[in-house]
Amino acid sequence: MSDFFYLIPISLALGLAGLVLFLWSLKNGQYEDLDGASERILYDDDMPSQ
Amino acid sequence: MTCCTPTTVIVSADAFRQPTPSAAEFRLASRSIGDGILQTEISVPSIHCGGCINKIERGLAKLDGVQNVRVNLSSKRLALRWLDQGTPPDAIGALKQLGYDGHLFDPTEAATPDGELPRMLRALAVAAFASMNIMSLSVSVWAGAEGSTRNILHWICASIALPALIYSGRLFYQSAWRALRYGQTNMDVPISIGIAAAFALSLYDTYHGYEHAYFDAATSLVFFLLIGRTLDYVMRERTRTAVKGLAQLSPRGAMTINADGEYDYLALKQIRPGTRLLITAGERVPVDCAVERGISDIDFSLVTGESAPRPVESGAALQAGTLNITGSLVVVATAVADDSFLAEMIRLMEAAESGKSVYRHIADRASRLYAPAVHLTSLLSFVGWMIFQGDVHQAATVAIAVLIITCPCALGLAVPMVQVMAARRLFESRIMVKDGSAMERLNEIDTVVFDKTGTLTLGQMQVTNIDEIDPRALSMAAELASHSRHPSARAIHAAAPHAAAHSGSHFDQVQEFPGLGLEGISQGKVYRLGRAAFARKDDGVQIPAETVFSCDGRKLASFVLSDRLRPGAHSLVEKLRQAGIVMEIISGDSEPAVREIADQLGIPNYTAGILPGGKLERIRMLTKQGRKVLMVGDGLNDAPALMAAHVSMAPATAADVGRNNADFVFLQDSLETVFLAYRIARDAGKLIRQNFVIAIGYNVVALPVAILGHATPFVAAIAMSLSSIVVVVNALRLKGEPMQGKTKPLGFKLPLEGVAK
Repeated sequence: MSDFFYLIPISLALGLAGLVLFLWSLKNGQYEDLDGASERILYDDDMPSQ
Repeated sequence: MTCCTPTTVIVSADAFRQPTPSAAEFRLASRSIGDGILQTEISVPSIHCGGCINKIERGLAKLDGVQNVRVNLSSKRLALRWLDQGTPPDAIGALKQLGYDGHLFDPTEAATPDGELPRMLRALAVAAFASMNIMSLSVSVWAGAEGSTRNILHWICASIALPALIYSGRLFYQSAWRALRYGQTNMDVPISIGIAAAFALSLYDTYHGYEHAYFDAATSLVFFLLIGRTLDYVMRERTRTAVKGLAQLSPRGAMTINADGEYDYLALKQIRPGTRLLITAGERVPVDCAVERGISDIDFSLVTGESAPRPVESGAALQAGTLNITGSLVVVATAVADDSFLAEMIRLMEAAESGKSVYRHIADRASRLYAPAVHLTSLLSFVGWMIFQGDVHQAATVAIAVLIITCPCALGLAVPMVQVMAARRLFESRIMVKDGSAMERLNEIDTVVFDKTGTLTLGQMQVTNIDEIDPRALSMAAELASHSRHPSARAIHAAAPHAAAHSGSHFDQVQEFPGLGLEGISQGKVYRLGRAAFARKDDGVQIPAETVFSCDGRKLASFVLSDRLRPGAHSLVEKLRQAGIVMEIISGDSEPAVREIADQLGIPNYTAGILPGGKLERIRMLTKQGRKVLMVGDGLNDAPALMAAHVSMAPATAADVGRNNADFVFLQDSLETVFLAYRIARDAGKLIRQNFVIAIGYNVVALPVAILGHATPFVAAIAMSLSSIVVVVNALRLKGEPMQGKTKPLGFKLPLEGVAK
């Protein structure tokens, strides 16, 4: 029964972490070119933009 | 460039190419991002794979001054950052060498931060988080948690639900409030009431330690509905991006000549009446102006609908948007950009829009019936339970359960899901649709009004008497013609594309006489191609309209030219006739030209020589007669009519204003796409009605359960999810273009491209 008290916060914290990560990636422009991202991986000389 | 305008211009075959924007125009389309670095957005419609990205990014990075190149495959656009060292890099030229056509993207549009989509996605993410966590906690309640455990779980759910409902549900509350303030209802009114009531009741029950709480239903309702809204928005956003990416036809500025005879490239806004401008061959006229010096041929097709170019000389008035074809002109601006012909069209368009009745979405019309019915049922079940049992809490629970279970979850998804699918199918066939209501309206049409030049026809001349012409004369004429960009010359060149290789002849010196024709010298003989009066010195009968090829003044051949029908025009007319739709042509062109096209297509109703206001009047008259008109047009002069029509369609080659305001834009040359759009809209309408039937059928089953008091949160969750899934699956059945050996992407992909920063 007492497991309950830390398992629920853990599960909520994990969910919240996922949410924050998604919001961060959205803000960071990760979804701006989905088609391009899937193609770029095929070219290994692609340098990250500064 | 000299300060005098030459009356004759020697041009090469390079004249066929679209003019590349000058360095000054390039700079004008850039914006500063600090540290002396400028960013220019270039739209490159032909980017299609990873190879293109790689090639373009490497190729452009080599240019002088380029700091960073980033290609966006989804929006088919690239962002170029360059160091300001005086001259901008010739990116468009470099792209051309790599084999891509690029054009500058308007910096003001590119820079506009569009916060709507990220806002919706954030709301969607929060709703997803909340509904999933609440659902997982609710599972333990359904599994039989009791007493204080259940209470704790309910309190946790409540604390997740409250912020999530406030944050993610804003969209619905705001829209519902707007509708209520104007004394109307829409789909969002019952949704907002349902969410608020469910949350309030659950909070009350949790406080008193009762068994049932509907937090999961409330949050997953918001989640499901937000999916529909977001997809709908993404669809419209995607079209907007695609249409904006098309080449802008109106120039951004013009080369001005000041009092000292110096040239300066100025933005459109800075051009005042009285400013002298130089308009070289191949440029569009930026503002209304009068010709001061020079002779040329002007293509008026986009402005008046005339298919044949008109020769002009000093004193002639030119409207903004016309195209200078053969010679350079010095003109004097007679109006500022905002007072030009274009501005007049925009005023007519605004008038047309204000006269048009507001179209109510099918979903809103449905909710007008739906909302009162649901609220009445809910009220009746409350009264019923009060009479039979007298327990206020029990009666309220049942009444709210009725609200929740009938909350138009499936109904909210029924329309957007189908429309998103339809937009996707249209997109695959290269048709852009502005919004969902355009498809609903296209489904209702009974009349189609076509413009002629550029819509039914390609706006390109074609030689029609090719069989009567001596092949040797044809190939020589074709070679001579390759030196001009005049539409007639292009048509003659196109009639014998390999002329230069076959004829073996070569013209040593080619001169173009704007307004008259071409002259070339070969083996001591003077060959001329152009107007009869110019080319012929012999005594034959001179027909003014014909184009003559002559050697030392003797006629060798005469060409009959006419505008070419768009491919698929015949089959479109045939299919529309079978569908029982009335067709009509309204054109600004001369009567014989319009009659010829009308006869070819078998459309009996046509009107020629109509002014833009006249087109608008005709559409209004048809509308008054109760007809639902689809207007298909491309010119500036069609823009007001496009606006006034029930629904409108424009080809990608249309004038900017028309294209930006049309409900549909098709990128293919073939007119058959018009029928394809109509067919998909009809199929989508059918699926929407089916989805309504499914949603209503679900309510017929679920309502009695709720009224009898059996709608526990568990039953509500299952029923809502199930009905939503059925509606979505039904929407996925929508078919696109019949497969013609082309591979189609499998499965459904969320069209998330083009998400703004």
